[in-house]
Amino acid sequence: MNIVVIGWGGDGHAPSAAVRELLGGARRLAQQSGGQVIGAALGGAAKAATGMIEYGADRVLIVDHPALAELDAEAYAAAAHVVCDQAGDALVLVPGDRLGWEVAPRLAHRLAAGLVTDCLAVDWEGGRFVMTKPVYGGKAMAKLAARTATQVALVRARAMEPLEPQTGRAGDVEALNVNLSPGRVKLLERKQEETQGQVRLEDAPVVVSGGRGLGGPEPFRMLEEIAQLVGGAVGASLAAVDAGWISPQHQVGQTGKSVAPDLYIAVGISGASQHVAGMSNSKTIVAINKDPEAPIFRVAHIGVVGDYKEVLPAFVAELRKIKGA
Amino acid sequence: MHIAVCIKQILDPEISPRAFKIDPVRKAADPGTASLVIGPFDLNALEVAIQLKERHGGQVTALTLGSDKAKEALRRALAMGADQAVLIDETQVSAKEPSVTARVLAAAIRKLDPVDLVLTGRQSGEWDFGQVGALLAEELGMPFVPFVPRLDVAGNGLRLEREADGGVVVVEAPRPCVASVTNANDNVPRLPKVKDIMMANRKPITVYGPGELGLGAAEVGDEANRLEVLDLFIPEVKSECEFIEGEDGAEKGANLARKLVERKVI
Repeated sequence: MNIVVIGWGGDGHAPSAAVRELLGGARRLAQQSGGQVIGAALGGAAKAATGMIEYGADRVLIVDHPALAELDAEAYAAAAHVVCDQAGDALVLVPGDRLGWEVAPRLAHRLAAGLVTDCLAVDWEGGRFVMTKPVYGGKAMAKLAARTATQVALVRARAMEPLEPQTGRAGDVEALNVNLSPGRVKLLERKQEETQGQVRLEDAPVVVSGGRGLGGPEPFRMLEEIAQLVGGAVGASLAAVDAGWISPQHQVGQTGKSVAPDLYIAVGISGASQHVAGMSNSKTIVAINKDPEAPIFRVAHIGVVGDYKEVLPAFVAELRKIKGA
Repeated sequence: MHIAVCIKQILDPEISPRAFKIDPVRKAADPGTASLVIGPFDLNALEVAIQLKERHGGQVTALTLGSDKAKEALRRALAMGADQAVLIDETQVSAKEPSVTARVLAAAIRKLDPVDLVLTGRQSGEWDFGQVGALLAEELGMPFVPFVPRLDVAGNGLRLEREADGGVVVVEAPRPCVASVTNANDNVPRLPKVKDIMMANRKPITVYGPGELGLGAAEVGDEANRLEVLDLFIPEVKSECEFIEGEDGAEKGANLARKLVERKVI
């Protein structure tokens, strides 16, 4: 069975990180399941068609159209549908970004296909594709399979590994002519995230997050100070966001942002599964919490049992001393 | 302005991981002693709908697909400020995945007075497929705006904020449309007053079966489900936490800094 990788975004000739990951995953799956890896280069990703071959696609179908300029999900679903019609029965992999969450259900509906969202893994087991996703706020994992021949998987960022690109790898690139209607939802304004000179949460090498245990909005200033000191960004748990202590754009978790920094410092965060689901892939996890029984210590690599009001000032002072800052 | 809000009754997501158990036969969570609640984002959606009604007038209809127990969720919605409640009886429905749920909800929405807006939570807080909003838009032929923290009427249409990759986007959508709601500081669900809870207990709840919605076994029977659950399990977490020693918090804090530098993570 063929595997279709839906691609959008990217920077010029390079496919986006999400597309590179999906191509790597698709290539590995195709070795077991047989069939071709077909890339769908949609909208601005058209320029990355050759790049998609280099990262593992056997064939790339381009759909470019003015309706795809604004990341309109209806237009993208229609464009992806055109490519899927050419691919026959297939497993369709969709990047798990915000656009993907909107496109995948629309595409699945049009293909009358089973869709599993938020896949952490897609495996070939017993002659079919098996998709693993977190459920019940991350407290459990479910393995699902589609009963339909064509099936769609929305794959979470970093769930699959990209391959090393092979320059000059052979593959067909073909542009499809399509007629797409302009979207019914009109873009009025784009508000960029205020990162206050800091790095974006998703890209930050260090994330310092606060939760319910902080007790109010003021302590987040201390977290900001640490983040600035180490070139990181400030995150928060759902509880802190719900309490109105910090804006939702900082929320890390299953319903917030997924992060995987080199260092994640969780301050006053109990470690609800919902939160852990968004940060458990971090390389080093530090937890600071008064409660030695807090579930966050089960995922932490380094733990400090104590009151953050005592721990953090001393931590900052010592860090400044060592760094000579 | 008529707003339909689709809600789902779920197992309380605040239940601690230690108390969480799985029923291996049903391949679902074992309810144990956990209470049933409205999904957290569905509550945000209800709050958004009720605020919109308070600003511009109109009516709010809460819908759910569930068992008789789900009437509690509808009563809660009525107590918060919904005007009507519709239960689609799940006895004759096998909705193991969202395509069936969306088909049933869409059929029920078509039976209501014409709607201007359909709201859902961004995901259930249970199986978290997060598909029903987009699928309703497909079923009803409406535009869809996901991840909406807030919205308001703008002329004949709606002006909605939506979370997008890399920031927030403001969009305009015609009416009717579907939107899925995400949590924000200004859509924290209100706690109904005792008086409103008592009033809600006296309000009627409309109950539909699939037959009344024109749906047969091909649409809502077991065969209609496009996914199959193969396994449901609690992942093993093996703790490898190294605890920082120290006389007090300050000493631990300083030791933490040294440890991180020693491990070369800072």
